[in-house]
Amino acid sequence: MIKIDKLNQFYGQSHTLWDLTLELNTGNCTCLMGRNGVGKTTLAKAIMGLLPVKSGSIIYDGKDISKLSSDKRAGIGIGYVPQGREIFSQLSVKENLDIGLLGNRNGLKSVPQKIYELFPVLKEMLKRKGGDLSGGQQQQLAIARALCIEPKLLILDEPSEGIQPNIVQQIGSVIDYLTKEEKITVMLIEQKLPFARKHGDDFYIIDRGSVVANGEISQLSDDIIKQYLSV
Amino acid sequence: MNLIIKKEQWINLAIVASTLWFMWFAQTHFDEYTVRILNNIAIFTILAVSYNLINGVTGQFSLEPNGFVAIGAYVAALLLLDGDAKEYQYDIEDPYPWVLLLHANFVWALFFAGTFSAILALILSFPVFRVRGDYLAIVTLGFGFIIRIIAINNPEVTNGSLGLNDIPEYSNLYWTGGIATLAVIGILNIIYSKYGRAMKAIRDDEDAAIAMGVNTFKVKTLAFCTSAFLEGVGGGLLAALLTSISPDLFTFFFTFQLLIIIVLGGLGSTTGAIIGTILVIGGSEWMRFLDEPMNFGFMETPAMPGMRMVVFSVILIFVMLFAREGIMGKRELKDLFKKRGES
Ligand SMILES: Nc1ncnc2c1ncn2[C@@H]1O[C@H](COP(=O)(O)OP(=O)(O)OP(=O)(O)O)[C@@H](O)[C@H]1O
Ligand SMILES: [Mg+2]
Repeated sequence: MIKIDKLNQFYGQSHTLWDLTLELNTGNCTCLMGRNGVGKTTLAKAIMGLLPVKSGSIIYDGKDISKLSSDKRAGIGIGYVPQGREIFSQLSVKENLDIGLLGNRNGLKSVPQKIYELFPVLKEMLKRKGGDLSGGQQQQLAIARALCIEPKLLILDEPSEGIQPNIVQQIGSVIDYLTKEEKITVMLIEQKLPFARKHGDDFYIIDRGSVVANGEISQLSDDIIKQYLSV
Repeated sequence: MNLIIKKEQWINLAIVASTLWFMWFAQTHFDEYTVRILNNIAIFTILAVSYNLINGVTGQFSLEPNGFVAIGAYVAALLLLDGDAKEYQYDIEDPYPWVLLLHANFVWALFFAGTFSAILALILSFPVFRVRGDYLAIVTLGFGFIIRIIAINNPEVTNGSLGLNDIPEYSNLYWTGGIATLAVIGILNIIYSKYGRAMKAIRDDEDAAIAMGVNTFKVKTLAFCTSAFLEGVGGGLLAALLTSISPDLFTFFFTFQLLIIIVLGGLGSTTGAIIGTILVIGGSEWMRFLDEPMNFGFMETPAMPGMRMVVFSVILIFVMLFAREGIMGKRELKDLFKKRGES
């Protein structure tokens, strides 16, 4: 599905991703973990083309997309839910979803009913401004908006961060549905261990811009956790 | 639902009809001075709503109006003046032969004024919008200066600092009001289209918009060129209202005045831009006394040209500090009649 090979990224002089290499299994939920500031969000943005990369390749569906212009990446089926739920605060819920339709490669004209079934709360708030929703609702909107492009790969950057438990649970079951029923490949950037264990199939641990451990989620041992995740 | 849309359309139609009726009534009944102020308000409405499209709706801080208005004014003036009328007024240098040949009627003059501005905007868009970052303000600021310098230093075309005079006075409230109405309708149609939605998405969060597949280059360029086109047309109307133009008319001060208008009205709101225009242009007439010598009884102050602008600048600072949303925020007229909770 997606294979990242020896990716190097710089913020000005500061080398942030170092020969980062990873591969996601199609239809799986792969958890990307690591302490604060190790480069998880940077990787997500690089995949989306929001940050330029210095070297390395991003092979998606057999093609290197690392030079593809960023606004075309939605069109090839990569959905992105940014960290900190960056919804369009001045647009209504409906308009937020409509923006997602712009990048839909199948030319979908209206929001699929399925999305309202996954997030019933949004259906009641279609006219409400994005900025007026609660944090949890904004996160749901951000996911719903990304689903409007009908992604084959969905990148979620810490969707459970700062959100009340029952909504986290709901988001978890949406992730399960997407991977198990819709066969969407999910890259889940996550710091919460129980959430990752519950919904992930595979894991990658990143430390200082490179992959230091990976495997099936069942292989995520206490040693690894102690060494790379606990603070 | 159907009924509501119908009602809204009726209201829109009524607003347009009463605006046009008022233009007719004012043109035929009001004195010359009042008509001139209304003409100014109509032209500045065109400029403000189009400036607001790039600055407020799309969120790209830009300082372009004086440049494009100047271009529109010069293009229109050169086209409206016939060969004879031009020949005798070029005192600094003899005009180029092709300058004397330029001639067109009012409609074409306005069209070319807008088109020429829009083409220049398109050319500017490539270096400015191809890369991420806030270069637009600097580039457009420089652009305005350059246009003025070009106007001063090419007397064979522009008659240099003397400017162009005796431009036929075609602008009246039918033209200015009619075009202002069209401009507002056009801009609102863009704002409520999928392009307008994309413009607001870019303003709210550019990264998220790109990630959703919004072609930000295309959308920003569309907003910028639309603004430039209408600013060019507004410049043409202004030239045909004032009947004489010179480089001094199009200093940064011109842009600053429009900035005050859209900030006061509420960045991002077309309704706000119209209200801001009426307040600032109308108010600036009313405050004319501030620039003149004043007698307070116990003391007399000399004439202080520019005093009005000081007052407006202070208002701008207050709005920025204490009422950043301006009068309308990002809302439009119709949003005021909605129930709470809807947006
Ligand atoms: N725009 C930027 N300019 C310069 N440095 C940056 C920028 N954004 C992030 N960084 C730095 O790059 C490193 C990686 O940041 P990144 O946001 O990718 O971390 P992260 O793993 O997502 O962290 P967190 O778990 O806190 O979200 C950090 O050291 C950060 O300070
Ligand atoms: Mg992060």
